[in-house]
Amino acid sequence: MHEHAVLAEGLRKRYGKKNDATHALDGFDLAVRAGTVHGLLGPNGAGKTTAVRILATLLKPDGGQARVAGVDVTRDPRAARARIGLVGQYAAVDEGLTGRQNLELFGRLFHLGARRARTRAAELLDRFGLTEAADKGAGQYSGGMRRRLDLAASMILAPAVLYLDEPTTGLDPRARGEVWDAVRTLVAGGTTVLLTTQYLDEADRLASRITVMDRGRAIADDSPDGLKDRVGGDRVEVVVAEHADLPAARAVLARVAGTDPRTDESERRVHAPVTDRVAALTEVARTLQREGIAVEDLALRRPALDDVFLRLTGQEAAA
Amino acid sequence: MSTVTTPADTLGGRAYWAVADCWTLVRRTLLNYRRQPIAIVWQLGFPIVSVLLYGFVFGSAMRVPGGGDYREFLMPGMFTMTMAFGLMNTATAVVSDSGKGVVDRFRSMPMAPSAVATGRGLSDLLVAAAELAILAATALAIGWTSDGGTGPTLLGFGLLLLLRFSLIWVGVWCGLMVPNTEAAGALYAVIFPVTMISSVYVAPSLMPSWLGPVAAWNPISSTVTATRELFGNPGADGGTWVEQHAVLMAFAWPLVLTAVFLPLAVRRYQALSR
Ligand SMILES: Nc1ncnc2c1ncn2[C@@H]1O[C@H](COP(=O)(O)OP(=O)(O)OP(=O)(O)O)[C@@H](O)[C@H]1O
Ligand SMILES: [Mg+2]
Repeated sequence: MHEHAVLAEGLRKRYGKKNDATHALDGFDLAVRAGTVHGLLGPNGAGKTTAVRILATLLKPDGGQARVAGVDVTRDPRAARARIGLVGQYAAVDEGLTGRQNLELFGRLFHLGARRARTRAAELLDRFGLTEAADKGAGQYSGGMRRRLDLAASMILAPAVLYLDEPTTGLDPRARGEVWDAVRTLVAGGTTVLLTTQYLDEADRLASRITVMDRGRAIADDSPDGLKDRVGGDRVEVVVAEHADLPAARAVLARVAGTDPRTDESERRVHAPVTDRVAALTEVARTLQREGIAVEDLALRRPALDDVFLRLTGQEAAA
Repeated sequence: MSTVTTPADTLGGRAYWAVADCWTLVRRTLLNYRRQPIAIVWQLGFPIVSVLLYGFVFGSAMRVPGGGDYREFLMPGMFTMTMAFGLMNTATAVVSDSGKGVVDRFRSMPMAPSAVATGRGLSDLLVAAAELAILAATALAIGWTSDGGTGPTLLGFGLLLLLRFSLIWVGVWCGLMVPNTEAAGALYAVIFPVTMISSVYVAPSLMPSWLGPVAAWNPISSTVTATRELFGNPGADGGTWVEQHAVLMAFAWPLVLTAVFLPLAVRRYQALSR
C-alpha cells in the first residue's frame, strides 16, 4: 500500500486558447493519505472540478504530474481507471433504465461478468436503501435517490480512490446524511475519498484533512482543527442581559483573555480569543457572577470553517 | 473488496473487451426501447403521418414524372427520410449522455474506449433496421410493393442502412458540438429543409430550374432515386448525370460523409480531454 493514495505535483491546466492568460490550475499540489477522507474546498471557479477531472483521467494536464494509487494518470490512464470511482457534479445514470439495470450495466462495463454484475447490483441497491425502488425507472427517482444510485455505481468495484465532486449539492438534510453514511462505510472498507464541497460543515464532518484552493493553487492544507486554529483558535463569548452591562463584561473579558475583545453592540455580545480554554471560561464565569453582571449566554466557541474559508480566500468574514 | 478483471493487456484481450463492451452498450439501448417501446412509435410518427398525408390527402394532386402511382413513388422517399431523421436520434442520445455525465463515467472506467462509438453505431443501425421493417410493413399494407426482385430489394435496404451508417458520425459530431438536448432539437431546423429539398416528395425535374440541381445533388436524393430504381418504383429516371448514376452515388455519398465526419467525430470526442 502506498502512503499517499493521491499525489499531485505542480498541476497546470489552461482551457482553450493558448494566449488566454487565466489558468484553471496554476501549480496545484495535493497529497491525500490512503484510507482517509480529504476535503477540497474553494470558491466557485477555484479549479476544484478541473483538479478532480485530471485525477480521474478525464482531462490531460498541461503540466505537472499526478499519481493515483501508485499509477501515473497521464502515462497509464487505463490502469488508473481500474482503481478509481467518480461521482461528478451531475448524476450520471441512464434515466431510461431501472436502478438495477443501471448498476448491472456499469458492472458489466467494469468487466465483472453478467452473474457478478447482478449480485453486486443487488448488494449495492440494498446498501443504499434502493431495493424497493430497484425496478422502477431511474427517471422517476427523486434527486436524493438518483444521487445514491450514482454513488452506488461509482462503488461497484470498491475503488481504491473515490472522487466525489459536490456529492450532496441540492439534497435535503436526510439525503445528505445517507450519503455521508455511505461514504463512511466505504472508507471503513479501505477506500480513500477526495471530496469537493460547497458545504463547509460537510468537510468538517467527513474529512480528516482539508486543502483550501483558490485561483488554481492550494493555499492551505491542514486538519479541520488546524485550519480553525489559524484564525485564532477558541474564543469565549458573553451575551449580557442588559445593554448597560456591556462595558463591564468587556472589561472582565479583557482582563482574563489579555487581549482587546470584540464587541457586537446590537446583539449585546463580546468575545475574545483564549488559549487556556476551560480555565478561562471558569474564570470569566466566576468574575461575572462576583460583579453581579446578568448573563444571557456564556460559551466557548470554536471558529467555524466558514471563518477559515473566508479569511484564507481573502474575503472578510461578516463579523 | 471485489477484484478487477482488468482487460488483459494483450491484443486478444483488448479485442475481446472491445466487442463485449460494445455489445453491453447495445443491450443498454435495446433495454431502453424495451422499457419504452412507445419511443420507436414516436420516431416513426412523422414518416407514417407523411405517408398518410401525402399518400392519401395530397397524393391525387401530386404528379410523378413519367407517370406512376404517387404512393409507390413516395415510399422510397419515406424510407430515406426516416434514415435521415435518425441523425436526430444519434445526436440526442450523444448530447444527453454527455450532458448528464454518463460519458464522463464511461471515460473514467476501465472499459474499451472504442465501445462508446461502436456501441452507439451498432445500436443506431439496429434501431434503423427495426424502423425500416415497421415502415415496410406499413407500406405493404397500403399497397406498396417492390418489383425489383430479392437481390435488388435487399441491396436497396442495404443502401438505406449505409446512409444511416454515415449519418451516425454526423450525429455524434453534432451531439458533441451542441450544449444540451434542447439545442439538439434545433437540428430539425436544418434536417427538415434538407430532406424537403430532395427527391423525397417531388422529383427535382418538377422544381424551379435553380432548385432542381441542388435537390438532385443532395445525398439524400441519391439514396431515394437508387432505392426507387432497385425497388422498381416510379420516378427513378431523371435527366441529370447524378440521377442516372443513383446507385453509384448512393454508395459514394455515404462513404464521403463517413470519410469527413468520422474523423471529425473522433477528434471532437478526444477533445473532451483537452
Ligand atoms: N470547459 C471549460 N472551458 C473553459 N473554461 C473552463 C472550463 N471548465 C472550467 N473552466 C474555467 O476554469 C476555472 C476553474 O473551473 P472549475 O470548474 O475547475 O472550478 P470549481 O472550483 O469546480 O468551481 P465550482 O465551485 O463553481 O464548481 C474557472 O475559471 C472556469 O471558468
Ligand atoms: Mg466544480
